[in-house]
Amino acid sequence: MLRWYILRRIVLLIPTLLLVSFFVFSIVRLLPGDVVAIMIAEQGYADDEAELRKTLGLDKPLIVQYAIYMKNVFSGDLGKSLWSGKPVLEELGRRLPTTLRLGLMALFWTLLMGVPIGVLSALYQDRWSDYLLRSAAIGGLSIPGFWIATLILVFGAIWFKWVPPMDYVPFSEDPIKSLSQLVVPSFILSIGLSAGIMRMTRTMMLEVMKEDYIRTARAKGLAGWIVVVRHALKNALIPVLSIMGIQIAMLIGGTVIMESIFVLPGMGKYLIDAISWRDYPAIQGINLFICTWIISINLVVDLLYGLFDPRIRYR
Amino acid sequence: MESSSQEKIIDPVSVRVEEIITPPKRHHWIIDLFIQLVKTKPLGAFGGLLVLGMVLMAIFAPVIAPYDPNAMHGEKIVAPPSMTFFLGTDALARDMFSRIAYGARVSMTVGLGAVGLSTLLSTLIGIISGYYGGTFDTIVQRIVDAIMSFPWLVIMLTVMAILGPGQLNVILALAIAGFAGASRVVRSAVLAIKESDYVMAAKAIGCKNRTILIRHILPNVAAPIIVLATLGLGNTILAEASLSFLGFGVPPPAPSWGRMLSGDGINYMLKGPWLAIFPGLAISAGVFGFNMLGDALRDLLDPKLTGGMRLRR
Amino acid sequence: METAQTDKKPILDVDGLDVKFFLRDGTLNAVRDISFALYPGESLGVVGESGCGKSVTFLSVMRLIQVPPGKIQATTLRFDGTDLLKLTEKEMQQIRGNRISMVFQDPMTSLNPVLTIGKQMKEVIKLHLKLKEPELEDRCIELLTKVGISEPKMRLGSYPHQLSGGLRQRVMIAIALSCNPTILLADEPTTALDVTIQDQILRLIRSLAKDLGAATVLITHNFGAVAGTTDRIMVMYAGKIVESTSTPDLFKEPLHPYTRGLLKSIPRVDKEAQEKLFSIAGAPPDLMRELVKGCAFIARCPVGDDYCFHHLPPMVENRPGHFVSCWKVSHAA
Repeated sequence: MLRWYILRRIVLLIPTLLLVSFFVFSIVRLLPGDVVAIMIAEQGYADDEAELRKTLGLDKPLIVQYAIYMKNVFSGDLGKSLWSGKPVLEELGRRLPTTLRLGLMALFWTLLMGVPIGVLSALYQDRWSDYLLRSAAIGGLSIPGFWIATLILVFGAIWFKWVPPMDYVPFSEDPIKSLSQLVVPSFILSIGLSAGIMRMTRTMMLEVMKEDYIRTARAKGLAGWIVVVRHALKNALIPVLSIMGIQIAMLIGGTVIMESIFVLPGMGKYLIDAISWRDYPAIQGINLFICTWIISINLVVDLLYGLFDPRIRYR
Repeated sequence: MESSSQEKIIDPVSVRVEEIITPPKRHHWIIDLFIQLVKTKPLGAFGGLLVLGMVLMAIFAPVIAPYDPNAMHGEKIVAPPSMTFFLGTDALARDMFSRIAYGARVSMTVGLGAVGLSTLLSTLIGIISGYYGGTFDTIVQRIVDAIMSFPWLVIMLTVMAILGPGQLNVILALAIAGFAGASRVVRSAVLAIKESDYVMAAKAIGCKNRTILIRHILPNVAAPIIVLATLGLGNTILAEASLSFLGFGVPPPAPSWGRMLSGDGINYMLKGPWLAIFPGLAISAGVFGFNMLGDALRDLLDPKLTGGMRLRR
Repeated sequence: METAQTDKKPILDVDGLDVKFFLRDGTLNAVRDISFALYPGESLGVVGESGCGKSVTFLSVMRLIQVPPGKIQATTLRFDGTDLLKLTEKEMQQIRGNRISMVFQDPMTSLNPVLTIGKQMKEVIKLHLKLKEPELEDRCIELLTKVGISEPKMRLGSYPHQLSGGLRQRVMIAIALSCNPTILLADEPTTALDVTIQDQILRLIRSLAKDLGAATVLITHNFGAVAGTTDRIMVMYAGKIVESTSTPDLFKEPLHPYTRGLLKSIPRVDKEAQEKLFSIAGAPPDLMRELVKGCAFIARCPVGDDYCFHHLPPMVENRPGHFVSCWKVSHAA
């Protein structure tokens, strides 16, 4: 049953993935002529326009171009970076672990803060602590992460003489030092995310606490916290999980900003660099990679949904 | 006596005279909404106040600002806040207060432009897709799926990379990043209304599709669209600030809040911390206002989310 | 039988119980100054329309009313000699599910959808009886067998949605009886079920409770449900007890106009279909509003007059063991 469900879901992803690849494929084709001229003048990627068009693969008919592009993608070739001359996939592979670690750490903070605060806020509904936590959550959603980062940089420097290290220590060299560099940016990333999780957790907890089975659990004589943890939270967290899927997309947007502020060599920083270098094959590759990644994560989240909710049957 | 008295049926109306309730005064629905907002949603009303402040600042920037936002005041480089320069000056000796006031204008122009465009697009697509369904809907939904699998910042950056810098391009990039998700919400609202009795009735008496769309569907999806647009404005202002912060927003010398932070805010952080505080405060207040207002409007306009009595029985 | 019971000490002694809910739209006085007693091993039926306070009364006994917005007050609320209102929440937890347990109306929603039947049964047994595996599992299987569930071992691993409504209610009963309670409260236990299995479930509750020597309270809006399975019936209306007597007596000689109306509204097979079904005109009063000073039933009463409107009828023992609260009846007798 499960195998067929997964297969069906993957088949359904094909049109979406094809469209995504088409959008990504269009990136280079939509470039206005003057941009190509700028690429030559600014970056010296080629001697003349015709040569650059050839390098970008723009010299053949459109259908052929797309076929070649797709063939390359399927054989793991995302194109060559104009800037470094290396395969884009290789460049991405080098940067992915940093982004992954940053994202996972942010997710960790998010769950650590979002879920308990959401539960507390629901249990103290309409008391002053609830109002305080809810206002803080809307604040967390509204205050831009880059401003918090800026303030930490500014006041860290003024008050504590703390400046983030400008050169990144690779994980393989010194794992602890490397991870400790990610603590501040991942925490800032998690503020907005945990505000979202907190609000969702609160809403769902309020819903669930009204359910009959909560009354049953209390009628059994279970202690309050057991009712909350064993009976309410598990039910409330199922919908929260689906929000997590959406948040992955937000998270990746956030890593772009944090990596460029804290100079971390991840995918986000690479995207910014590629854009300023006008390295379009790299921009294409990053886009395709991120989208496939997000689509797969959403699939996994949907499958996990079934794992946590026994009522869901795979059809 | 017994049987005859039980035949006597007491008219419930006569007993319940005291229950007659005076009907509430009728206002225009916008006034009703406003009264509800102030009465029941203090935080939403506070958000509305912030929004109003930002709108007024954008409109009356030339009146509020003591100086031209791009005028350089000679030697006064990174001067602290004072009576002459309320919020200090930046690295080019420009008055921060004037720049922030004019920055509201940039934010609101980009915000309204992008949200206007994306609302128009999402309403059109959502209504047609939801109402007609069929192949058009299937194709559009796949496209929306594809667009929604790009993170918003990545779409915007990529669109900016293709289009190049410029205020209009920022508006376009923000609209492209925003319309897909919004069209989904409009579509599901249309799907719900399509099945309602009055639309069925309108169809049954032979109303044309276009008449149904304009008379019945559009007014009924107005509420979610208003909520979407309000929350969208908050998101757009935040997104524009993020783009500007990364250096891809409205090009200089236009006073954009995001760029003020990333430029002088970080570069002169030891000498002038106020350069990092005030632009961020302005962004946060604006976004906070729109989010609060949008949240409150959603509670007030969406009957599904309004909880009834909280009674455990 | 009545007199025999009054000699015994009640297991549950309620005097002047009053339950209010302070809500945004006003104060709801759900239970208004009621008094009753429950004797060991007896089966009490509590009958009334929905919203008459019958569920709230017993949720208050278990202190399952959320406080605030709720508020429980009583002169006496004594279970087996202990004042329930004086207990801490922790002490109360040792009584709930253990000495007093409850079966709820809708078995579809009363079991946790994400936990297995076994887990939901075991948690309460582990809590109160301190059993450990494998005794824990044996106890569960024994209980499921008792309530008539086939293949009990397999059912322990099932989730609630995999069981029919009747089976789920049997599981609820098994959970309620798992710690040998002194009192079993059943709140409309069959309302959500198929008519064909309603009687089975009611008889199951009664016979299992009898085996345990537990007193049962059957809360229902349906006289049919209490007729065969209770010793005594209490009729409630608008947060008040209006009549209380032994089951045979109530059916033979109902005194309160409300009880009479209710009994008249039951379709009966043994009577000829001579007239159309009787129904009581009007609806119960809104307990959120200020009620009339007198009898709450006045608005729907066929015999009430101006005096009833202004004066609250007291509970009077009209005949030995037959209590009724109505000016018309008390004076007539």
